Amino acid sequence: MNALAPGTRVRVLNVVVPGHVRTPFYVRGKDGVVAGIVGEFDNPEELAWGRTGDRRRLYRVRFLHRDLFPQLPATGDEVDVEIFEHWLEHA
Amino acid sequence: MSTTHDHPEHPDHHLPMTYHEKLTTAVLELLIEKKIISADAVRREIEAIEGRTPQIGAGVVAKAWTDPAFKARLLADGNAATAELGLDMGDSNLVVVENTPQVHNVVVCTLCSCYPRALLGLPPSWYKSRAYRARIVREPRAVLAEFGLRIPDDVTVRVLDSTAVTRYLVIPLRPNGTEGWNEEQLATLLSRDAMVGTAVAREATVAR
Repeated sequence: MNALAPGTRVRVLNVVVPGHVRTPFYVRGKDGVVAGIVGEFDNPEELAWGRTGDRRRLYRVRFLHRDLFPQLPATGDEVDVEIFEHWLEHA
Repeated sequence: MSTTHDHPEHPDHHLPMTYHEKLTTAVLELLIEKKIISADAVRREIEAIEGRTPQIGAGVVAKAWTDPAFKARLLADGNAATAELGLDMGDSNLVVVENTPQVHNVVVCTLCSCYPRALLGLPPSWYKSRAYRARIVREPRAVLAEFGLRIPDDVTVRVLDSTAVTRYLVIPLRPNGTEGWNEEQLATLLSRDAMVGTAVAREATVAR
């Protein structure tokens, strides 16, 4: 997969998997925009089992507060979250 | 010694060790017994961890305030720019963000307690609390108000959740009336919370 360019609209997978997952529940199934590419790092879900070498691209994804918490009064505030590529799909 | 020693005894004198305390102690003792690490190396590392204070971060921010070229490098590549000052971010990816009149940044780790320890030392207990971690993303303005910080409605609050390898440091707005101040003077205006984003830099009310 080519790197997602900053500005790309993405959706976080809404799945539940066991293990050392670094994707917070509050962004699962939510849409955001790629704010930047952090780099490539070992996948923490594998690293937690001592398995190195599963390199994954890591993004900084920007969400609108009102998209994350639609039940709350709308604001223009934002939340940036680091999300590994295998948790993202095109929105 | 006082005879009215009536404050509550510390609870850790009574409670049995937790599972993880026992595990940590057992692993540490085994590593030392098998000479994989030494007790002295452990002590030195603990001293290094506990020796880091927010003054390190304040020095970095004060330099960024006075040196536009350094600030540009710091915003572009936090690890490389802090390495110029002899600082080592280890495995972390330092991202430095700058508050502007339009955007106020505030840092959290909703999953655990990731924190720019190399620059600010150990995180305060509130940073690690479930209340802060859950609420700062959900109702950031209410939480900041509890810190005494009211963000105007026309300023965007940007919450930075360090969920993986990034550690964030906030450059607060430089206070008015500090023109001509040097780095040491400016650093005195920087609290730990200002570099986490739960406060702003102190006003330059005191004569220098």
